[in-house]
Amino acid sequence: MSQTQDGHPSFLQHHFSDVEQQRESAKLGMWLFLVTEILLFGGLFVFYAIYRAWHPEMFINAHTVVNIGMGTTNTIVLITSSVTMALAIRSMQLGKQSQTIWFLVSTLLLAGTFMVVKYFEYAHKFDLGQLPGKFYTFTGIEGTNPHVFFSAYFLMTGLHGIHVLIGMGIIVWLIIKTRAGMFSPQYYTHIEMTGLYWHLVDLIWIFLFPLFYLVG
Amino acid sequence: MTQNTHTNEPHILPLSLYLGIGAILIGLTVVTVYVSFIHFGAFNLLIAMLIATVKASLVAMYFMHLKYDNKLYMVFFLSALFFLATFIVITMFDTLRRGDIYEIKSGAIRDAVIYDKLSVDTVQGIADSLSVSTDTTDVVIDSSK
Repeated sequence: MSQTQDGHPSFLQHHFSDVEQQRESAKLGMWLFLVTEILLFGGLFVFYAIYRAWHPEMFINAHTVVNIGMGTTNTIVLITSSVTMALAIRSMQLGKQSQTIWFLVSTLLLAGTFMVVKYFEYAHKFDLGQLPGKFYTFTGIEGTNPHVFFSAYFLMTGLHGIHVLIGMGIIVWLIIKTRAGMFSPQYYTHIEMTGLYWHLVDLIWIFLFPLFYLVG
Repeated sequence: MTQNTHTNEPHILPLSLYLGIGAILIGLTVVTVYVSFIHFGAFNLLIAMLIATVKASLVAMYFMHLKYDNKLYMVFFLSALFFLATFIVITMFDTLRRGDIYEIKSGAIRDAVIYDKLSVDTVQGIADSLSVSTDTTDVVIDSSK
């Protein structure tokens, strides 16, 4: 590890007293961000709860048009990507750089798979006019205000999908930086923070999945 | 891996733990899909949410290391859940009990093209079957008509 003149590791910012404090501070900041993310999605969960309470039969009828097979596949894909992300961090903790890259690439491919499945689900709904609000033209769902189900569906899975895409961008950056040798068992904060973000995205999907695919 | 004696050494969890948790999560996914096909009425939602909460806890405790890290992160995480729960519970008290205090007019949300295609009787039927109004500005059905 390269060191500065006064014997500190080069990755230690001068305003932190030691590596441990720097790491804990980064993690605290990341958790604070994750709190805001939970509350961001929280507003949409409340939107879902209100409309489901108002139109319970419609929600149960509407969920029959979503594809449970695709939803289940995506759940398993995303959980697996969380495992590979966790293993990427573990590999870097053990100093295995090429193994870290391998796990990061796996995570990226699984995230890509998730988005491809999502694309087919969305394309199918676009074709049938199962769209939010005034764009809703489908007539096959019994019940009151069925377009609201798809407003909730597209808003919540869409915001989640944007998070997956952002995560994929960060993972690409991590792969490049890991190849360049930026990280070591003493310093892998970026990978660890991306991991936390990625697990939160997984955690939110764990709730979205039963709410949209397994209703009633 | 033995005891972590140095404070700035990361806590490295065994490979088997990550794989085990991953297997449990996938197993619970299969269980929740299977259970959703059995009809329990209102309990279906409760069961699905319970399983999701167990899965989310496993992700937070092991993948996100909340079990091993500084407990301050746990406090942050739980505070988010506390405020989210407050948000949902108080909103639902209002949403579900509002009709107890004053009469609420039924209505369909006008924005969907679907309501232009349906006959007046069908739309009236939808309005009648609604127990509460879902919009405040654009009520398509006038009950006097």
